[in-house]
Amino acid sequence: MKIVVCVKHVPDAAADRTFADADHTVDRSGVDGLLSELDEYAVEQALTIAEASDDAEVTVLSVGREQAADAIRKALQMGADKGVHVSDEAVHGSDAIATSLVLAKAIEKLDYDIVLCGMASTDGEMGVVPAMLAERLGIAQVTLGSELAVEGSTVRIRRDGDVSTETVEASTPAVVSVTDQTPEARYPSFKGIMAAKKKPVESWALADLDVDPDQVGLAAAWSSVSATQKRPPRTKGQIVTDEGEGGAQLVEFLAAQKFV
Amino acid sequence: MTEILVLVDHVDGAVRKPTFELLTLARRLGEPSAVFLGSGSEQAKDSLAGYGAEKVYVADDPAFGDFLVAPKAEALAQLVESASPAAVLIPSSTEGKEIAGRLAIKIESGLITDAVDIVAGADGAPETTQSVFAGNHTVTASVTKGTPIITVKPNAVTPEQATGAASVETFDVTISDAAKTARVVERKERKATGRPELTEASIVVSGGRGTGGNFEPIEAFADSLGAAVGASRAVVDSGWYPHSYQVGQTGKTVSPQLYVAAGISGAIQHRAGMQTSKTIVAVNKDDEAPIFELVDFGVVGDLHKVLPQATGEVNKRKG
Repeated sequence: MKIVVCVKHVPDAAADRTFADADHTVDRSGVDGLLSELDEYAVEQALTIAEASDDAEVTVLSVGREQAADAIRKALQMGADKGVHVSDEAVHGSDAIATSLVLAKAIEKLDYDIVLCGMASTDGEMGVVPAMLAERLGIAQVTLGSELAVEGSTVRIRRDGDVSTETVEASTPAVVSVTDQTPEARYPSFKGIMAAKKKPVESWALADLDVDPDQVGLAAAWSSVSATQKRPPRTKGQIVTDEGEGGAQLVEFLAAQKFV
Repeated sequence: MTEILVLVDHVDGAVRKPTFELLTLARRLGEPSAVFLGSGSEQAKDSLAGYGAEKVYVADDPAFGDFLVAPKAEALAQLVESASPAAVLIPSSTEGKEIAGRLAIKIESGLITDAVDIVAGADGAPETTQSVFAGNHTVTASVTKGTPIITVKPNAVTPEQATGAASVETFDVTISDAAKTARVVERKERKATGRPELTEASIVVSGGRGTGGNFEPIEAFADSLGAAVGASRAVVDSGWYPHSYQVGQTGKTVSPQLYVAAGISGAIQHRAGMQTSKTIVAVNKDDEAPIFELVDFGVVGDLHKVLPQATGEVNKRKG
């Protein structure tokens, strides 16, 4: 059972994230980055599946600048077996379409039964790359699972949609994505941290993937940002302490705002 | 004629409100043609006409219900190739975004997701607004290649009634074997609660850890205001309320007229899901809860006392 987990190194959501003035891309330098919290669930599921199979291997894949190596390292510390880091200047400013192209080409160079992803990145928050990967790789899309089970060559998820809950099943190979409703990711153990130092991480550039620089990057993107603007902070309103009339005061406020 | 395709989000023909919002936005850009995939189009036609659909393209195939996302993406791509619309608008539902993602690759067109507004740009092409980084930044963007595909968040606009011809045009689709790989083996519809849907409601009352699992005060207050009920991630993780009610970065993002947060501390996770609400009110025992930085009005107190009193007051005023 060979699993490729796709992870992204993203700016810390708790920090003040912003855009680079020059080209409106996400500022990845000014803010500390880390392995996307939502991708941790994917790593956890990959490790859980691997532990239940006899001959499993988990490869963690990331497309990103130098710092993305930190995301790969964390996944290796959690227990993944090897890493692949695709890093190329030309990728800067890529849209989801180009990102999915690079990921797909990298995945095609690897041996895989399951491609595991998180439900969305915490910076772009589009949630479309897993579906795009399935489209590009021509394999089953089994996405947004809140529960995942793998039995032999069958993957099955419980998918909680807007109006219904579905059970979706497919044979491998498949692209699978999991939500934050799946079990919390394990913390790397001390043993895991030490073992990670010896695990192999390959570094690939676009040339290794047979991807033309013209197909990726800001200039190649199929959409363009013309402006970004920081929203003015909300001004703090009135706060009262409940001394027996708090509820009534709340309703007075609502009435003044015509909600009641 | 500038034709704008709008993918209809429906449950067996019952059209969901965000579709009407998309038809309203489509009218800013050109003439809306609704695209109805699946069964029940007879039922949907009148409501689509009532919000300005000039045409309703209809295709039905068992694959739409039997297999996840891929067949619908294929059908939509086939329609786009034959109709050559000026843009495609899709609701930002769970499957909507995935259909849009696959469509973008199939028809080699740019994709913008989770638009909160669309206007006709200088050259008539759609210009979108997105609210990003937990609502702290807005982004203005447009598609530069192919047929713009835009997914739109609920409550982007108030739906405007308009009379459309809604002339039905059935189209044939060929679903490939490759699209029939992820099988939906079971589907359970969620029961209607009688309360407004979370992403569509103009008032939301949410409960957090401070409820201690007892949502009665939240529900009663919500009902007095005709509001939807929401929940924080802590509540969902504790199993007190289903995930479909979760407001936050990994749940639903809402932007109602009024958001009431009770027993919710206001961690960034949660704020990401609600901080663009027009009016925000909070009740929390902790006067240092971060939520109070966002509020237009706040009560430091026990929600188990404050909310029942508030509910009583509202009901008294309603007479």
